[in-house]
Amino acid sequence: MTVGLTHFLTVSLLVFLMGVYCVLTRRNAIGILMGVELILNSANINYLAFSRYSAGGYDGQVFALFVIMLAAAEAAIGLAIVLGIYQTFHTIDVEATETLRG
Amino acid sequence: MTEFSFFPIVFYLLAAVTVGSAAGVAFSNNIVYSAFSLMGTLLGAAGLFVLLAADFVAVIQVLIYVGGILVLMLFAVMLTHRVADVRISNRAIGRLPTLLVIAVVGALMGRALATSNWHQVDPAVPTPTTYGIGDGLLTSYVLPFELASVVLLAALIGAVVLSRKELKDESA
Repeated sequence: MTVGLTHFLTVSLLVFLMGVYCVLTRRNAIGILMGVELILNSANINYLAFSRYSAGGYDGQVFALFVIMLAAAEAAIGLAIVLGIYQTFHTIDVEATETLRG
Repeated sequence: MTEFSFFPIVFYLLAAVTVGSAAGVAFSNNIVYSAFSLMGTLLGAAGLFVLLAADFVAVIQVLIYVGGILVLMLFAVMLTHRVADVRISNRAIGRLPTLLVIAVVGALMGRALATSNWHQVDPAVPTPTTYGIGDGLLTSYVLPFELASVVLLAALIGAVVLSRKELKDESA
């Protein structure tokens, strides 16, 4: 059985599920950000797999580049927020940061 | 098919590295181990990008993700934890309900993946992609490309504003 589109999509699905698990269970803010990176990476694998096996052309690769760019921006802002939380609460456990809870 | 014979072996190797490291990110109790597992996932994904004939995206992945985002994350980990007590630094709650949710979502998406009849073409012979990507970025995608620069500038300024200490706190 030759390696084709479905194989890459399966890998991407597994990485996506790990990312969702990470986002849902982690209570460390940086751990949650890592889960988001996993999800974005699985989306990128999908983009490139469809670009190679289904669509052809370079559109998928351009979109993957935009995703990487947005991930960089997201990581910079997210980690800055995490550092701000740490300065205020002296922990980055997201359960401790419930000042806004009604 | 323009495949060389060791394509499947390389694919399964890279897939194992990617998925295994992703599992490490998701299940490790130590945030530092998670961060280093994330490096394995990102490098494995870069290898998969090479297999998908996306050489430029793979290089960018290594440069920005492994060289930039991951280092940033390690900095944040080191800045926000006392290195002495990193043993269980990556607490997880609600494992069982989450596993249930993941099983349902995974079953749905796996079924969609298995039963869909994707439109497929025979993959072209891998060629250098930089010309096509540069052409696309300056013609059909020129507006998103320019917007990306604005987004990055906003993120840059936002990160600086967020992470620097407020002057009010120092005078008080």
